[in-house]
Amino acid sequence: MAALKEEVEEKKKLIATLRNKPWRMKRRLTLLKEAQDFVEKFEGALGKGKGRKLFAFKVMMAKKLIKLKRDFENFKTACIPWEGKIKDVESHFGSSVASYFIFLRWMYGLNMVLLGLMFGLVVVPEVLMGLPYGSIPRKTVPREEQATAMDYSTLTDFEGYFKYSILFYGYYNNERQIGLLKFRLPLSYLLVGVGIFGYSLMVVIRTMARNANEGGDGGDEGDFTFSWKMFTSWDYLIGNPETADNKYASITTSFKESIVDEQMNQKDENIHLRRFLRVLANVLILCSLGGSGYLIYYVVKRSQVFANMNKDDLTWMEKNEVEFVMSLLGLVCPPLFEAIAELEDYHPRIALKWQLGRIFALFLGNLYTFLFALFDEVNAKLESEKDIKNATILALNEYAANYSSYYNTTNVPPQNVHPADVIRGPCWETAVGKEFVKLTVSDIQVTYLTILVGDFLRAVIVRFLNYCWCWDLEAGFPSYGEFDISGNVLGLIFNQGMIWMGAFYAPGLVGLNILRLLSSMYYQTWAVMCTNVPHERVFKASGSNNFYMGLLLLVLFLSLLPVVYTIMTLSPSFDCGPFSGQEKMYDVVMETIDQDLPAFIGNIFVYATNPGLIMPAVLLMVLALYYLNAVSKGYQQANIDLKKKMQMAREEEKNRRNNKDSTNQVMKDLEDLLPNKSLIPPPAEEEPPPRSPKVKPGAAGKGVHLQRDVSLAAPNPRDPVTRDPGPRRGPPENARGPQPGPGRGRGGGRGGGRGRGGPPRQYEY
Amino acid sequence: MGTTASQLGKDLLSEYQELTFLTKQEILLAHKRFTELLTKDEKDLPNTRVPAERILTLPELKSNPFRKRICHVFSTSEQKDGSLTFEDFLDLLSAFSDSATLEIKSHYAFRIFDFDDDGTLDCGDLEKLVNCLTGETDETRLTTEEMRQLINNILEESDIDKDGTVNLSEFQHVISRSPDFVSSFKIVL
Repeated sequence: MAALKEEVEEKKKLIATLRNKPWRMKRRLTLLKEAQDFVEKFEGALGKGKGRKLFAFKVMMAKKLIKLKRDFENFKTACIPWEGKIKDVESHFGSSVASYFIFLRWMYGLNMVLLGLMFGLVVVPEVLMGLPYGSIPRKTVPREEQATAMDYSTLTDFEGYFKYSILFYGYYNNERQIGLLKFRLPLSYLLVGVGIFGYSLMVVIRTMARNANEGGDGGDEGDFTFSWKMFTSWDYLIGNPETADNKYASITTSFKESIVDEQMNQKDENIHLRRFLRVLANVLILCSLGGSGYLIYYVVKRSQVFANMNKDDLTWMEKNEVEFVMSLLGLVCPPLFEAIAELEDYHPRIALKWQLGRIFALFLGNLYTFLFALFDEVNAKLESEKDIKNATILALNEYAANYSSYYNTTNVPPQNVHPADVIRGPCWETAVGKEFVKLTVSDIQVTYLTILVGDFLRAVIVRFLNYCWCWDLEAGFPSYGEFDISGNVLGLIFNQGMIWMGAFYAPGLVGLNILRLLSSMYYQTWAVMCTNVPHERVFKASGSNNFYMGLLLLVLFLSLLPVVYTIMTLSPSFDCGPFSGQEKMYDVVMETIDQDLPAFIGNIFVYATNPGLIMPAVLLMVLALYYLNAVSKGYQQANIDLKKKMQMAREEEKNRRNNKDSTNQVMKDLEDLLPNKSLIPPPAEEEPPPRSPKVKPGAAGKGVHLQRDVSLAAPNPRDPVTRDPGPRRGPPENARGPQPGPGRGRGGGRGGGRGRGGPPRQYEY
Repeated sequence: MGTTASQLGKDLLSEYQELTFLTKQEILLAHKRFTELLTKDEKDLPNTRVPAERILTLPELKSNPFRKRICHVFSTSEQKDGSLTFEDFLDLLSAFSDSATLEIKSHYAFRIFDFDDDGTLDCGDLEKLVNCLTGETDETRLTTEEMRQLINNILEESDIDKDGTVNLSEFQHVISRSPDFVSSFKIVL
């Protein structure tokens, strides 16, 4: 009975793994039918007696579940958007350009979830259950600004009605609970703000882990350059003859380059000159990075001065100086870096990595300088807040004094002031949010404009001016543009970083980003198909997938820092936003724990935040890191050892077959020690290995070793012993001791199980 | 068991789903594209075999330097002429699909690159491989000297047992470390 059950299970497993076998469909179909019939026949037989109906029911449910799962998988695949578009791009440009669009689509998915969180838990409750526009001061446009509130220039500056809307932090009310459902908006705002980072972190790390599993970590990049070029350079998705020609050309070029490279590695050049040039190049680049940082700081300081002047006196340029300068730097500096990098004379792949690193440093430096300058502004605003608070209190006292002196009472009714007339604080959070929104908008504008001018206009000019120009524009100087993968991917990553930073202060920013990504997908696929040509030189920075994910992770951390810092240290504005009136923003959480949750949870939190508990936890994490690092090093070493063993094993086999004389030094020494040369085994009978790949029958004539697979693992010592040990064909007992080296080789070379304790011990480390 | 007329039976469809890495839509699309290649009378016969020339008119295969080898490897005909039935076609698509495992892909890649079908990649195979990759014209081909150097480098890297050929396990070992292989060894209709 049990044996029958086991067999049924085996058949089921066979059915599940049939698609992994490289057999012909016909063979698989017959096997499948056989296995399915067997399972059906005997599964029914198993369910005899009382539990028969239940058993049959269970079986039916299992089948339905499998079918349901399969349908769901099909449905999920059908739901993935833009698959056709991306496939189009892939067949024309190859998989590396398409990988940008796949990344864009992934970003879109991530942002959709963030949008869901932000809108569902913060914006919609405020709109549905909170107070409407115009009811309280923070939701109303001040009297002085009402005249210009609807102007186009005010709106593009995100002042006026935009400033006092759900787009920005300042709109949200600080009531502890709103509406029928008693929804706690301030708490939700804080938790969503933190949750956005948590979710993004989880998704990015999960994707990185998945990529690392699938494709290897690119650690051994240098090992197999030629083989990889040979075996993996052709992109099977290419369906367009022009692209195929390009691909041929690039493959040929890369072959020739690597061959020359190999030869050049032996050449000895003027090391000192090269080093000097490299140092010079790095100095130049550092200077330009410093220069750009200073420029941004200067411009932001000027914008603060401008903010205090009358709006009408400023030109458009002066109003948008900051964004303009930042975008300009982003456009101009990367080509500058590339030009300076010519001095360095690196291998193209290394040069690409340097270039990406430098662009990254540029963007980071710019962003952080911008943040620091902004920070000064925030502090200034906080200072001015104090004055305004004093002014408000003064006004209130004055009103009370006037009233009581006029009516001669001490019971003063509250002041009845229209919300638009109330004195307002500067609300630094909205100002910060506004800066991020303006930056994002200008980034979008610059990107789209660049594509329009740099790619589309260029293509139009090349195509139409070619008829009346002296040299061939298409083949010669401007020609058509190539799609700049790394530039675009970096742009996407930094845009996301800005969104992460600004989402806490401007909840509408996430919605804006979704619109941007959506339009970007359509716009860029159109531009690529219409105006770009496939790359001439294709060298993929292998493992670049994880490289960009790693960058994204870094940017996530860096954008997390300012937000967490402001939550923890800066005090919120006193009259705008969901945290107004509190000392610090996270006080909401403390309040909730104190008032709404049972007492013991409060105690738990107090204990958990005790430094005495946190320090050991941090120490434990550091130790775990160290341990995992050591384990991974151990695995790498084991890998190297295994390779060496495989090599030795093969050498031994070959030599045995060829001249029966060991060339392995260890074996030779051993042979000299032992009598009768008993270490050389008699010619081993070639047994067919347990799994024989379906190799062509014609191969049999060429020698049996062709049908062998090297099994990397030791033969399973727990295999049923299929034949009795028989006459000892191995070395005599007394040679067991020093055997491990060569014996291992023999043990690995034979298929079949030798059910002795030998093999497992030999493979221990 | 084969395809009759223009409809794929439901049983057969679910069996194909079980046995390949393709989803239902992909199998139906493959069926549609395959029947487009058939002439009118062939459409009524079950289990028709489509000759290699017609298969090679598919745009996905037309520009591929290994198209003839692919047809040859997946063909089950006795004459070894590269003709494919619908099931062979499904086999092909399954091996080249997105969800196929690395083992399957590397197994078939090895068979495709093995031009003389002897179970190993020796110098002759590698030379033919390089010539396929560098295109047909004389100016794009490598010189004999470059070819020799290239093949030496490759054998140095991948031939672990130093027997002058690359066998299946060495090939799989090289391929498994490559991050690009799975994403480039794909054909989608």
